[in-house]
Amino acid sequence: MKPAPFDYVCAQTVREAHVVLAAEGDEACVLAGGQSLIPMLSMRLARPKVVVDIMRVPALAAVDDNGQTLRIGAAVRQAELLRRADLGDKQPLLRLALPWVGHAQTRSRGTLCGSAAHADPSAEIPLVLVALEGTIELSTRWRRRRVPAEAFFTGMMTTARRPDELIEAIVVPCRRPNTGYAFREFGRRYGDFAIVACAALASPRGARLAVGGVADRPVARNFADLHGRALDEAVEAFAWELEARDDLHATAAYRRALVRRMGREMIEEARRCRG
Amino acid sequence: MSRLDALGWHRVRFELNGRVVESNAQPRMLLTDFLRHSLGMTGTHVGCEHGVCGACTIEIDGVPARACLTLAVQVHGAKLRTVEGLAPTPDRLSILQEAFRRHHALQCGFCTPGILMSLDWYLRTKPGPTEVELREFLAGHLCRCTGYVPIVKAALDAAERLREASHA
Repeated sequence: MKPAPFDYVCAQTVREAHVVLAAEGDEACVLAGGQSLIPMLSMRLARPKVVVDIMRVPALAAVDDNGQTLRIGAAVRQAELLRRADLGDKQPLLRLALPWVGHAQTRSRGTLCGSAAHADPSAEIPLVLVALEGTIELSTRWRRRRVPAEAFFTGMMTTARRPDELIEAIVVPCRRPNTGYAFREFGRRYGDFAIVACAALASPRGARLAVGGVADRPVARNFADLHGRALDEAVEAFAWELEARDDLHATAAYRRALVRRMGREMIEEARRCRG
Repeated sequence: MSRLDALGWHRVRFELNGRVVESNAQPRMLLTDFLRHSLGMTGTHVGCEHGVCGACTIEIDGVPARACLTLAVQVHGAKLRTVEGLAPTPDRLSILQEAFRRHHALQCGFCTPGILMSLDWYLRTKPGPTEVELREFLAGHLCRCTGYVPIVKAALDAAERLREASHA
């Protein structure tokens, strides 16, 4: 398990990264924390001509909080964000989900934007982005665009990023008043990929439930302020719409059962945490 | 901006256990192989080579990290610690290593260097962990011999002795 040969560029500025991406397109891979890309290189699932390391670009290392949104730069590591004492206050769902991302020994290097770029269907960061209706900020030398998370994740490990684009940041809304947040995932062991992961938001007007690990990408649904049997039925209908499939880890029926159970529990937990 | 050619051998220099070391690496060379083959530092073990088993865990710039998920060229200029840097002198074990010996926290020893590096960092940042916290932290390592019980015991024992040592 050794990577195939590639050139290496350690970009010092965003512009330098853009130049390589513009010249090489899909023959280039952006390297941030490397916790997903390097296994892909080692297993030769990715064979780029050039790898562009962006971790020494100072402009990408910032977390900007403007009171409305948190903008998390491409070089911000998961452990770094988790260490912020005010994270739970700024955006509780990130605080709840980050400890589930890999292990302490991989969060120390892994980035949030890297996890978004990798787009594993059972990964936590893409799920949180979809749950919070966050956006992904993409740029080339000449243009910049923001893509809503639900449009960004297009399928199993595929995204709307174009080959010459750099993910500069992810942007999530800050905690909203009178809104509760909840997150849980189910796997065989702590730190494994989730069989099913659920993130929920609840406000007096209704709830939003996002599910990862079932469809080929994280999927969210808004619900009216339902309770009891009506809520069960709504979550049940959502579980069927996800078109779960059997695989090595779990059957489709088992996944639907987890969505029904955890989905409802997370909506209820989010309601309790409101205020 | 310099571009390191895929087939060229490029100078990589960093601080390893307090000493500056250097050797040459191709861009694709993993840090595990650089440590073991280029520098002859074989204390860092190579298990799964995709970040799951934890055997290659070392400290990079003050945080535990998988050496197999790092390219050698990425750590140019960084500060690294490996298991060879744990013992205070060649004839003395660290408090944590000593606890591992007392509690038989290793059998084959393959996973041990990674676990020691992780725990050494963890007990410095969190001097009084509970057993639950320790087990959660150790989830980042696979040990197929011990069943983890003696590892957890050794870590709790070491934590207590380290606290005493810091108060003394």
